Formats: sequence, C-alpha cells, structure tokens
Amino acid sequence: MSVVAQDVVVTRGRLSLGSLLSPAMLGILPFFVFALLFLILPTCILMVGAFQDQAGNFTLDNLAKLLDQPQLLASYWISIKVSLASAIGGALFGFLIAYAIVQGGLPPWVRPSVLTFSGVASNFAGVPLAFAFLATFGRVGLVTVLLRDWFGVNIYSHDIGFNLLSFTGLTLTYLYFQIPLMVLIIVPALEGLKREWREASQILGGTNFHYWRYVALPVLWPSILGATLLLFANSFGAVATAYALTGSSLNIVTIQLYAQIRGDVLHDPNLGFALAFGMILITCLSNGAYIWLRGRSERWLR
Amino acid sequence: MKRSTLLGWVILAFGATYFILPLLATFEFSLRMLRGQYSFEAYSVVFGDAQFRATFLYSATLALVTIVLGALLVVPTAYLVRLRLPHLRGLVEFVTLLPLVVPAIVIVFGYLRLYNSSSWLPLTGSDAATNALLAFGYVTLALPYMYRTVDTGMRAIDVKTLTEAAESLGAGWPTIMLKVILPNVRSAVLAGAFLTFAIVIGEFTFASLLNRPAFGPYLQLMGANRAYEPSALAIIAFLVTWACMGLIQIFGRKRGAITVP
Repeated sequence: MSVVAQDVVVTRGRLSLGSLLSPAMLGILPFFVFALLFLILPTCILMVGAFQDQAGNFTLDNLAKLLDQPQLLASYWISIKVSLASAIGGALFGFLIAYAIVQGGLPPWVRPSVLTFSGVASNFAGVPLAFAFLATFGRVGLVTVLLRDWFGVNIYSHDIGFNLLSFTGLTLTYLYFQIPLMVLIIVPALEGLKREWREASQILGGTNFHYWRYVALPVLWPSILGATLLLFANSFGAVATAYALTGSSLNIVTIQLYAQIRGDVLHDPNLGFALAFGMILITCLSNGAYIWLRGRSERWLR
Repeated sequence: MKRSTLLGWVILAFGATYFILPLLATFEFSLRMLRGQYSFEAYSVVFGDAQFRATFLYSATLALVTIVLGALLVVPTAYLVRLRLPHLRGLVEFVTLLPLVVPAIVIVFGYLRLYNSSSWLPLTGSDAATNALLAFGYVTLALPYMYRTVDTGMRAIDVKTLTEAAESLGAGWPTIMLKVILPNVRSAVLAGAFLTFAIVIGEFTFASLLNRPAFGPYLQLMGANRAYEPSALAIIAFLVTWACMGLIQIFGRKRGAITVP
C-alpha cells in the first residue's frame, strides 16, 4: 500500500515524507544544506536586515535614507553606467570577434587559439588586471608614453582628459574580461546558425543584408541580449579591479559597500543592508531577464 | 582574398591589439626596475619575498581544499539529479547559478552578519573556523562552473546503464560513485578543478573582508605600495591562469570544457 502511494507521489513529482526520505533525496541533502547555509541564508538575512531598524523592528526607513543620500545614489548610477557601457561594448566587440572566428573564413588554427585565450582573459580579472592597465594606460604606462613620445599626444592633457581612474578608464579595463566572456557565450549560438538558412535565403534572392536582417539576427537576438545582461551583472558585482585601480577614490557601489563593511563609514549597519539589497535587486532584474531570454533562444538554437 | 576574409582579419587584428598590448606593456614595465636597463630584478624581489610565498601557498592550499569539497558536493548531486531526481533538475540548476546573480561582496557581507563571533554559529571566531568559512565561500563562488562542467561530463556518459551494470555486479553505492562514476567524469572534474584554482588563487573580496592572509589581498597591498613588483605579479598571475586553462585543454576531452553558464 505504502509502496503504491509513494509511486503515485513520485510520478506526480510532489514531495511527501516518503519521497523526502528516499535514499536519493538523502544523497542530495548535503547540497541543499550547503546552499542554504552559505548562499541563501546569508543573502536573505541582508534582505530582511534592509527592512529592519537596529532594534529589529520592521521599517522602510533604511530604503528612505538610502534614497536621501545623493552620494550613495550617485554610486549606483556610476556602477550602472560602467556596467552598461562595458556590457554593451563587450557584447558588440565580442560578437564581432566570435563572428570573425566562426564565419570569417580564417585559417583553422585561429578558432581554438582565440577560444583558449578567451578562457584565460575572461578569468584574468581582479587585482592583476588593474596592474596591467596601470602599466599600459597609467600616467607612465607604455601606451601613454608611446603616444606622447611618438605622436606628441598626451592623453592625460586637459584637452583629451583621459583618466584611467574614471568612468572611461574603468570601462576600458572591464572590457578586457567582458569581451572574451561574450566570445565564449556567443560562439555556440553562432555555430547553431544552420547553413541551410543562408542557402535558402540566397536561393530566394536574398542578399547578405537580407540574411542578417530577416534570418540570423532575429534568431540570435535573444542570445545576444541575454549575454549582454549577463555581462552587465558580471561587471556590476566586480570590486577587486576597481579597488586595486583607484583605492577607494572611485564612487562605485561595490566600493561603497566594501568601505561600509570595512570601516562602518555610514555609522549605520542597516543602511549597508539597504545598499546590498539595492544591488541584489538590480542583478536579479538583469538575470531574470537573461533566463527569460535564454528560454526564448533555445527554441531555435539547439 | 574574399571580402569576408579580409573583414575577419581586420576584426582579429583589432582584437589582438587590445588584448596583447596590456600584456606587453605590463611585461615591459616589470623589467624596468633597475634604472637604464632591462632586468628580471622585480621578479627576483617578488620571489624572494617571504610574504609572497606564504600568501601564494595559503591560497593554493585553499584552492585545493575548495576543489575537493566542491567535487564531493557537486558530483553526487549531479549524478543523483540525472539518475533519480530529474524533477529537481531546474531547482538545482537555479541554485548553482545564484552565485552569478548575487555579487560576491554581498555574500561575504551576509557571512559577516550571520557568522560573526556573537552569533549562533561563530565561524569568524577563530582562525581555523574563518579558514573553513573562506573555503565554503570559495566552493559557493565555484559552484556555477563546477556544476556546469560536471553535469556536461555526465551527459556524455550513460549514467543509467553504468549504474545498472555496477548494481547487477553487486556494487554498493560508494563503489559506484568512486569506481564507476568518478573515473568516467574525471576529465570534467579536472576541468572544473583548474577553473576553480584560477578563480580562487587571485580572489580578493572574500579574503580581504574575512581578513585572511591570502594572495589576493597581498597583491592589492603590493599595488598600493610598490611600483615595479605589481607588474611582475600581474605577469605571474596571468601565467598561472594560462597554465590552468592549458591544463583544462589537455584534460578536457570534450570541446567546450571551459563553459560559462
């Protein structure tokens, strides 16, 4: 009797005491306990803390205070701008490179080389990346010096106004891991474009432009947009590169939060929770959209 | 030359310039420590620094612990989800992707709040406990990559038939896991392991906020105080990442071993 009941439960995919105590469920339990302790609970406690005052009463004051602090709002805004710029730039250049190695008619050794390098560069983030860009575009960096000595162009001059420790500089630096990440994500999608589609388009008299406008891009756009959102979240949460580049002088939200955790600069821990809550909200929105788009793209590209 | 081939070369050259220039510049800068000549002085200073060796060793050890813990957690889970609990597949995948959604700095902030020395589980109370917390944090960070590579590896083998064959020969589940499944997904686990190593070795946020003497915070400290050593360290870090990816290529049988979710 109980065996039959358990079978019914399992085939319906519902949970009951019987299915919860099955050996398979016990085997997977450590995973869920781990995720609960080191991923879900720590996040939840911040979300709850964002709506509590220091005595533990529920309140909306923290979020109100957050909206009242121009400096904190500005830090969100700069983070969003840098993330958007590096995500869109990364998606654009990454797509072009992926296109070049998949359909550009290049020799066969190019593709694996570029993919391997992309694997390296997309993981070459953090503190060392900041060092590399300081040595390249810093005030005495190689490119800065070469441009000055060979072309008489001082990129740090008043006219050009380049500064590595700024929106432009940070975006330029972030592109170093964003572009390869885009290449890795989008190459499989480009490979999923079937050759028959292009042939069909040509037989019907379509030009290259028609093929991209009416066939390839409509199929690819969920992948492209989804990847862009992933890139956005990727740079939005980054802290090490920016911190190593600028110390705490650049006002992006992760650095604000870092300073808050380190030294309690806001003198109000619950405001820190509100700061974290805002970040989770933004990455959740972009990732939710990514998951939705990925579902759409899987209809065509298998 | 066809027009599209030329376009391909132009794009590639443009990309190569952007990616190779910073590496060349960093290398060139790292050789400039002695005035008026190129030398490897910065490297010998770095390698001679006891703190470099200590922090690198600390992070490497932690990376190994992370890899072992991660494999112990991920391999049985991916196996059971594939074999017995397919209806939990979506949920497990969702959980493994969460570390990409929640920024690392938020996760570690949560740790400090949840496991501070006056909490129910004071994991930041002693050095040993904090080391353990850091390792757990790194397992969390590596979860998306580890799970994806192992799950891809399991897709390539017929888990069901292998399990039934082993069971009909009288194997218990520890034997099945260790002697049947693990050897078959070894290359996937190794690919995940090297990726994890590359992530953990230079990680800054977790180690810095948990006050651990790891390589990432050491790098940051050097960057703030020295001129030439940071470039040498950046080159070393790049070579370590490169070595990890090279090893993935060697061990990963399947194309696409370096996967991103």
